[in-house]
Amino acid sequence: MNTPAAALILIIALAAGQQASAQQLPGNKETVEIGLSTDTIAITSGFRGTDLTVFGALDNADPLIQRQGRYDIVVVLQGPERDFVVRRKDRFFGIWVNAESVSFQHIPASYSLASTRNLQDIATPKIFGQLSLGVNNIFYEPIPDGFGSSESLKEFTKELPRLKLKQRLYNQRPGDVQFLSSTLFRATLSLPANVPVGKHIARAYLFRNGEFLRESSTSLNIVKAGLEFRIYRAANQYSLLYGLFAVFLAVVTGWMGRLVFRKD
Amino acid sequence: MGLGFALGIYLPIAEISVNVFVLFFMGAAVGFLSGMFGVGGGFLITPLLIFYNIPPAVAVATGANQVIASSFSGALTHFKRGTLDVKLGSLLVVGGIAGAGVGIYVFVLLRELGQLDLIVSLLYVVFLSTVGGLMLYESLQAMRRTRAGQLSNLKKPGQHNWVHRLPFKMRFRASKIYVSIIPVLVLGGAIGFLSSIMGVGGGFIMVPAMIYLLKVPTNVVIGTSLYQIVFVTAFTTVMQATTNQSVDIVLAMLLMTGGVIGAQYGARIGQKLRGEQLRALLAMLVLAVGLRLAIELFVTPDDVYSISIALATRAAQ
Repeated sequence: MNTPAAALILIIALAAGQQASAQQLPGNKETVEIGLSTDTIAITSGFRGTDLTVFGALDNADPLIQRQGRYDIVVVLQGPERDFVVRRKDRFFGIWVNAESVSFQHIPASYSLASTRNLQDIATPKIFGQLSLGVNNIFYEPIPDGFGSSESLKEFTKELPRLKLKQRLYNQRPGDVQFLSSTLFRATLSLPANVPVGKHIARAYLFRNGEFLRESSTSLNIVKAGLEFRIYRAANQYSLLYGLFAVFLAVVTGWMGRLVFRKD
Repeated sequence: MGLGFALGIYLPIAEISVNVFVLFFMGAAVGFLSGMFGVGGGFLITPLLIFYNIPPAVAVATGANQVIASSFSGALTHFKRGTLDVKLGSLLVVGGIAGAGVGIYVFVLLRELGQLDLIVSLLYVVFLSTVGGLMLYESLQAMRRTRAGQLSNLKKPGQHNWVHRLPFKMRFRASKIYVSIIPVLVLGGAIGFLSSIMGVGGGFIMVPAMIYLLKVPTNVVIGTSLYQIVFVTAFTTVMQATTNQSVDIVLAMLLMTGGVIGAQYGARIGQKLRGEQLRALLAMLVLAVGLRLAIELFVTPDDVYSISIALATRAAQ
């Protein structure tokens, strides 16, 4: 069993200058940057989950506001989008059967958030809603099937984040963005054991006095490494050959058993 | 494992970490039983894997894969002894492949509807309790008869039933029967269907059906049944691999290695024990597994809601 490194440390690229995409409000010179030292993380099959540390920089901050601690930062690592089905079991003749279900599209497979404080202390719910920031503000888009009533849609939309939180694929860590100096901060995110592979996007959101200033983002590729993952990939990409090989292995094992133990 | 044997291994398709020794011993224990009783063991492996939290879709597909190993060595032995009717077996294979094809289609459909786990459990409960109940009844009867000093006569040769009045008759020399191909194809098809949905070889249904329905002599029944099982489970494995990507070769290897070793010892012990007592023991085991699965259907789940990746866009599950 290979123990994963206690934490994957991703070092900043303290990028000078602002991103072209960053919103520019007049009079607000503050910029926030996060950078990753690598664009790819390879996790092995023994991976049991770990903390991911992201460093970032807040530049051109107003020293007075900084001292009063009224800058807030939220860092999010969002996994690739997938379609999901949420099902509810009901009882039929005493047996529990999957009954109603609602499908959702373009749902982040994972969502890890860290923030300087509790979200409700950073800004109003309305602002988080506009930014789709936080597990309860992600837009859960149901795929209409013509059957579900609006109540059941509401019910399943509430269950989706709860199930994701339960699987630890979604998690929020208030207080786990810490300023190390007046400009440097560190965010600690949770990568769960079952983190999905694919392209993840890390975003940093900067708030001042409860007001959203700007965000910056960078991407991170999570891939799985090791023999087990190669087997997984073979099963998906070369499924016919994989199936034939599975049959071949079984025949050889049966035949070997006969050779080794033959008495007749 | 009190000695600190906690050798974990990650199953690439089932996507969970398991203990190597637990699975090896599971394979060995079922192999031991299959050697002792002359059964394939698929109908025990698949429920045991489900109890061990292997996803049912993976348990079924991998169950079919591991059945090949034990059936292949058995079929080879019978082939060398000449107790295998290749013609009858091949016709059963034709029916079996058709049935397995339909079964895979139903399997995919059930998976999309989210009802696969339930149907697999229900099928197991029905088949295990029926077969276990019949076996227990039959073996208790036999025990009573031996105690009363009577000779048991299971088979009445020469007696014909409705099956023998069907058209398209064909002569099977090795089995010394002259029978319509319709029941042969239907029987093969039914077994193939169950093989793909339940991950079993189906010998526990095939053997009595061949004896009582087709009147195949007992000495060629086992070999011919194993011959059909090898081909149908091989077909099922390839189909499961291509349509559902649910065959876990790491899991299958652990089970097969344990199974092949266990079967050799099981066969030796089996020869020393009395038939009826052995069958009664197996019957009780089969009933216990069925009961355990049945209870799970009625117990209120921890969480009535569940989430899974929609199959149409499934990339990792």
